[in-house]
Amino acid sequence: MSDTAAADPTVPMAAIDAADATDTIVLPGVERPSGGTPLYGLESRGVSAWFGTHKVLDRVSLTMQPGQVTALIGPSGCGKSTYLRILNRMHEMVRTAGLAGEVLLDGEDVYAPGRRPADVRRRIGMVFQRPNPFPGMSLYDNVASGLKLAGIKVSRDHRDHLVQSSLERAGLWNEVRNRLRTPGGSLSGGQQQRLCIARSLAVSPDVLLMDEPCSALDPTSTRRVEETIAELRGRLTIVIVTHNMQQAQRVSQSCAFFLATHDTPGRIVEAGDTEQVFGDPADPRTADYVNGRFG
Amino acid sequence: MSVIERTAQAVPTAPAERRVRLGGVTRESVLTLLGAAAGSLALDWVLYERVLPLSGAFGFLVVWYLLFLAMTWGLGRLQWDARTVRERLVQTVVGSSGVLVVALIVDQIVYVAIRGSHAASHSNFFTQSMETTATLSPITSGGALNAVVGSLEQLGLATLFAVPLGIAAAVFMSEVGGRLARPVRTVVEAMTALPSIVAGLFILGVVILSLGVQKCGFAASLALTVMMMPIVTRAAEVVIRLVPGTLREASYALGGSQWRTVLNVVLPTARPGLVTAVVLGMARGVGETSPVLLTSGFTSGMNADPFSDHQVSLPLYIWNYVRYPAPDMVARGFAAALTLMAMVLVLFVTARLIGGRRPGDLSRRQRRRLQREMAAS
Repeated sequence: MSDTAAADPTVPMAAIDAADATDTIVLPGVERPSGGTPLYGLESRGVSAWFGTHKVLDRVSLTMQPGQVTALIGPSGCGKSTYLRILNRMHEMVRTAGLAGEVLLDGEDVYAPGRRPADVRRRIGMVFQRPNPFPGMSLYDNVASGLKLAGIKVSRDHRDHLVQSSLERAGLWNEVRNRLRTPGGSLSGGQQQRLCIARSLAVSPDVLLMDEPCSALDPTSTRRVEETIAELRGRLTIVIVTHNMQQAQRVSQSCAFFLATHDTPGRIVEAGDTEQVFGDPADPRTADYVNGRFG
Repeated sequence: MSVIERTAQAVPTAPAERRVRLGGVTRESVLTLLGAAAGSLALDWVLYERVLPLSGAFGFLVVWYLLFLAMTWGLGRLQWDARTVRERLVQTVVGSSGVLVVALIVDQIVYVAIRGSHAASHSNFFTQSMETTATLSPITSGGALNAVVGSLEQLGLATLFAVPLGIAAAVFMSEVGGRLARPVRTVVEAMTALPSIVAGLFILGVVILSLGVQKCGFAASLALTVMMMPIVTRAAEVVIRLVPGTLREASYALGGSQWRTVLNVVLPTARPGLVTAVVLGMARGVGETSPVLLTSGFTSGMNADPFSDHQVSLPLYIWNYVRYPAPDMVARGFAAALTLMAMVLVLFVTARLIGGRRPGDLSRRQRRRLQREMAAS
């Protein structure tokens, strides 16, 4: 795209008012070479998770390639969503949550002591199962809300630009360009979900996590969201949890199959290229699952 | 001929459908109620005036109502089976309870309006204080402007103190939580049941007698704050809890800190409910008499400065003047009561207009701007 440089979301960062409120986040000084954005992969090493004394994940190690879409598949209750929430430190919002292992973003552990969860979450965005636009805000304010929430002050022009480029990247701009002042709740479910994607993109994350983003949507909206994911590929790293095998095949390049039984916590049975996992799975349980024989 | 053609031909000639009757009011049921009401009234009159040695309007009404229910049952039994009659009787009782409540409220308002109109119909009532008015002065002298000003100032100050404190406490209980939330909630709930005279005594003892602040509007507003804060807190906590957790998650996932989430997401989403909470608190505060009785002092003159000297408010004004033996003074008291009710109404409507929009609704200004933008594009 010709306007990639103009749409570079790092531009407004120069406009951060250093004298802003106390929790203003100083964005990491990422050197983004002109013409292309650096991509960051995500890697988990030996991640285990507990709720209270109940262990739900057992030593999960997975590498999510930069700029690629990684799909997490597996039956309900196998810990996919928990794993996803561990990646951007949403897991610890549950009071009884426990964790072991490390999650590396750009080689640095996001759970390192002294690292602020808010800072991690700004770099690793998240889209939820049900579209959750802020009902009190207009479409425009919804997209720009991340800046406000992270305490980033930008000029009006930059903000306008950021809102437009985020909506464009989420594939929503043409549908809503004339009604940016209407409330976020006035959109259809699929549009709301793409609005949530645009909202996540507006803070220019390096990684986007998606927790079954299409499970509450109709097939047409699902297709639009999948197109959006396809367009975002190569611009940032995406991790998507899905129950839909066809969707995993369509959107992802690599794939991890999670499985838990009633007395063992969730773990990865098989991970690798999507084609290989679906076409020639090494483990018989993976073959059974991807062919719909259980789960 | 295909089905479609036949249908197309049939439509213009088809007669209008006859609608089936779907419940609702029938003539029989209305006449039964009217008959029961008339018959019970007549019987009641006979009992009270001719047969029994009873008198008194209240007893008359109660006996009338009981006879009315009995006759409704009897008349119904003549036409319908027992189950239908029981159903209708319950409907009648429920319906008449509703009518009773509305009637009582209308009665209060109309009574005060009639008693108060004598004084309130003279414009001097809203432009003068009682400074130069003696007990037997004509109704064309003296008014309640001092009390209106005092009420507004004291309520304004109390709202200024109670709303931030109350909402902060609500945010603490619902958003921060932790081990301290429960004792705080218990204390707040206990405070809602606090007798208002105790709030007055507390301020009298602590602020006026111990700290040496003189009796003034400010002290009264502190006493009102004690009354209003728990109401605001409880109502605000309920509406803050109603904000879906998914919105908080969305905010945290965008890198929002806790206080920015509260400030930018939780409170704006809960705003209409918070307005209701504030209105509830103000409604409680504006009518309180006993806290201001002990803390504001009384003056018949105008005092617009809440921080020095005695200041009268509407409830205190009413309480003071309706006890006079002079009818004009009592009329002034009732006119002040009417003013107080009007003030509460104005407050409610204003609060609804300012902040009562559902989240996501547009203000009139935003709608106009939207229309301009749509027209321009």
